[in-house]
Amino acid sequence: MSCVQTIQDYALRSIGLGERLLPREDYTLCEQFTLIGSGMIWNIYFGLVAILFGFFAATGLAMAKNSRSARVRKPAEFFIYVFRGSPLFIQMFFAYAVFLSIKQSVPGFSLLTSAWLGASIVLFLNTTAYSAEIFFGALQSIPKGDLEAADAYGITGWTRFKRIIWPSMMRLAWPAYTNEAIFLFHATALVYFSGFPVWQQRGDALYYASYFADKTFNPFIPYPILAFYFILLTLAVITIFGRIGKHLNRHLPQAVMRRPSFMRTLFR
Amino acid sequence: MFSYCTDPSTLESFSWLSCYLTTGKHMAFYQSFGIVLVLLAITAPVALMFGFAGATAARSRIWPISLLGKSYTAIVRGVPDIAFFMFFVIALDQGFEYLRHKVKCSDWSEPVRQGNDFVVCAQAKLPLSTSPQWVHETYGFALAVLTFAIVFGAFAANVLFGAMKAVPRAQLETAEAYGMSSRQTFWRIMVPQMWVYALPGLSNLWMILIKATPLLFLLGVEDIVYWARELGATKTAKFSDYPHGNWNAYYFGGLLVFYLLLTSISERVYKRLSLRLSHGQATAAGEAQRKAAT
Repeated sequence: MSCVQTIQDYALRSIGLGERLLPREDYTLCEQFTLIGSGMIWNIYFGLVAILFGFFAATGLAMAKNSRSARVRKPAEFFIYVFRGSPLFIQMFFAYAVFLSIKQSVPGFSLLTSAWLGASIVLFLNTTAYSAEIFFGALQSIPKGDLEAADAYGITGWTRFKRIIWPSMMRLAWPAYTNEAIFLFHATALVYFSGFPVWQQRGDALYYASYFADKTFNPFIPYPILAFYFILLTLAVITIFGRIGKHLNRHLPQAVMRRPSFMRTLFR
Repeated sequence: MFSYCTDPSTLESFSWLSCYLTTGKHMAFYQSFGIVLVLLAITAPVALMFGFAGATAARSRIWPISLLGKSYTAIVRGVPDIAFFMFFVIALDQGFEYLRHKVKCSDWSEPVRQGNDFVVCAQAKLPLSTSPQWVHETYGFALAVLTFAIVFGAFAANVLFGAMKAVPRAQLETAEAYGMSSRQTFWRIMVPQMWVYALPGLSNLWMILIKATPLLFLLGVEDIVYWARELGATKTAKFSDYPHGNWNAYYFGGLLVFYLLLTSISERVYKRLSLRLSHGQATAAGEAQRKAAT
């Protein structure tokens, strides 16, 4: 079987399209590359969903933690403490058990135990807590002058948040937030090893990699392939987040800016 | 455990619970908490050693060594740790067996990899098939410790590399001016001073290490996750004296609390330690202490 044929059969195997049976013997390099790459669809899906929703939730949570009213602050602090203080692996197991009992007692929640929804929720909550802590730290290190200037101009309320606080918070938090995004994508590999069942062998990249490692008893091929894909993903995340970070910092003096000559500043 | 536990089906709620929580399997469950702590106690120093070696290698002037050190940290950071755990456990096992095979059975003519099998001679098996059960368990645990140390050593190398760079350049220049060799400068000036700068990163790493310990379950060690799954699953009256429904949520809730306690205590210890270490240092924290005292 040619490699093109394999790609046609297995490139979308992880979402249920193409050949139904996984390869059973004579595992070729092409099959391993294709299937593990196909599994990456799930890793990217989980990561994107959690980051997109988590970003907005984390902004709100960071504001809540910064609130002066204890009734708003305490729950936010507790939420962050619980999700940052315990392992994601245990959170997954726990959430799956809870989802299972919800499903059994309340009808209409049967989707919760499937990985695409249940695991997304757990990852979303987890990244919300971590990102909120990062945003909170950034919120506290916003230059005092910025806020004083906003007060002096009479900017208050929502406008103050949108124009002054939020952009500064993003700018300061961005390097740490990039790290968090990378770790989140890495954490997506946990999903199918922590309770959430793999339905019809539609798993993520690590699931297929461990499938091949178990069948061939040779870890030296599938895991490096997996590493290759993840390094590619990490580089993509760094590139995209780097672009955004540059955009956030565009108003600041850049390192390569040409300074006006001394005489010109003197005579102006 | 207690004398009244002989027939649990007759017991009331509280005494039933007291019997249930003291069964042999529960005792094994409680002991497995010890396994987690032992793993932490062994892994932390070993990983620190790996990290120190990695950081010094990355700083080396000989470029193959510095490349080795840098790629060690870069690769481990670019790939999910869980993938490393699953890779290293098989890879290390096969590596050790292959080395022993080469030494002990040098007259063996067949290839080691035969299709989908990995075949070494019987004397090279690790552990030997004749050895008792505890040797197998200890070997599995040792492999897990080594894997953890390799992965977290890379993170520690990153932290220590940054800390070495953070030591003020003037300190090293002074040492050179006094005529110390580069080795002396490294061991007498840089290493004692770098720990203050490394402490925040290392404490963060310690937290990550704590939160990675449940992955032991994936390495085939009978740890707390294994026992929680075992005990929490639905038990019918046919196979168990203590039938109950699916109690996974309670068991994993318990584990969640255990980890929360562990991280909270660590955080408290870290705060004290950093207070103690920044005493008299020329850093912002040390300056704040000085001001508070006067």
